[in-house]
Amino acid sequence: MKLRVHIMLKPGVLDPQGEAVRHALGTLGFDGVNGVRQGKVIELDLAETDEAKAVEAASAMAEKLLVNMVIESYRVEVA
Amino acid sequence: MKTAVITFPGSNCDRDMQVALERATGKAPVQVWHKDTSLPDGVDLVSVPGGFSFGDYLRCGAIAARAPIMDELVKFAERGGLILGVCNGFQILIEAGLLPGALMRNAGLKYVCKPQALTVATADSAFTSAYAKGETVTYAIAHHDGNYIADDETRDRLSGEDRIAFTYQGNPNGSMDDIAGILSDNRRVLGMMPHPERLNDPQLGGNDGSRFFEGLTGVLASV
Repeated sequence: MKLRVHIMLKPGVLDPQGEAVRHALGTLGFDGVNGVRQGKVIELDLAETDEAKAVEAASAMAEKLLVNMVIESYRVEVA
Repeated sequence: MKTAVITFPGSNCDRDMQVALERATGKAPVQVWHKDTSLPDGVDLVSVPGGFSFGDYLRCGAIAARAPIMDELVKFAERGGLILGVCNGFQILIEAGLLPGALMRNAGLKYVCKPQALTVATADSAFTSAYAKGETVTYAIAHHDGNYIADDETRDRLSGEDRIAFTYQGNPNGSMDDIAGILSDNRRVLGMMPHPERLNDPQLGGNDGSRFFEGLTGVLASV
């Protein structure tokens, strides 16, 4: 079963990379971009076929390694 | 004084750290590989060196923080062992939960590499007691992700408990409160972005780092 873990910086955590992208968009003439936040997506291909168990396993992986819970939040999506 | 240095795939300051510790203690540190599952008996200080462990993949220090040796390092910290994490080592200690907060991409988005003036923010630790509080020292910095942040509660605790070890003079990376290095709550774990081990010989352009290691050794020898 394939799942996606979407990882984003928590609100309020400054994202210097997102800010740089926002500036670059402005330079290219894209007006009105009030904010850019950059996150990451991790695709998992699990042997587990039960959806609930797969989501549970992906969440455990997220909290143990994939996500820094101090600054990031995540959500798991079945792909 | 017995010391050890942990090497991960991608560590590149492990040798500098070994040289610095050997010069200060007169004894070569034990080299520990990240896959080892025990630390040497009777070790007083374990250093987690700088570099790019696991290619900085996922997040700096994230994968190294889950290496087999890290369970032992956490137990060592719980026993009150001294741990020194420099640069990537600081990132690893934070990812392992041995120190609070997070190290983000530098505010200027650039890798910074230069000698950096620092203020010794507390002399109340084995690492800094050879200094006077407020003293200026210059160590090398070389990092892309050294922008320290923490939530308000952690920030208040760090300052209230006098756990900020070093601050930058002229903030190079956007770190909250100019923080360059912090101590654990038992003051036995120090994580810092600047590299004292890289400026520990006049021929390298500076010798402030040797005072750091001699101070640390002297303090421990006198206990």
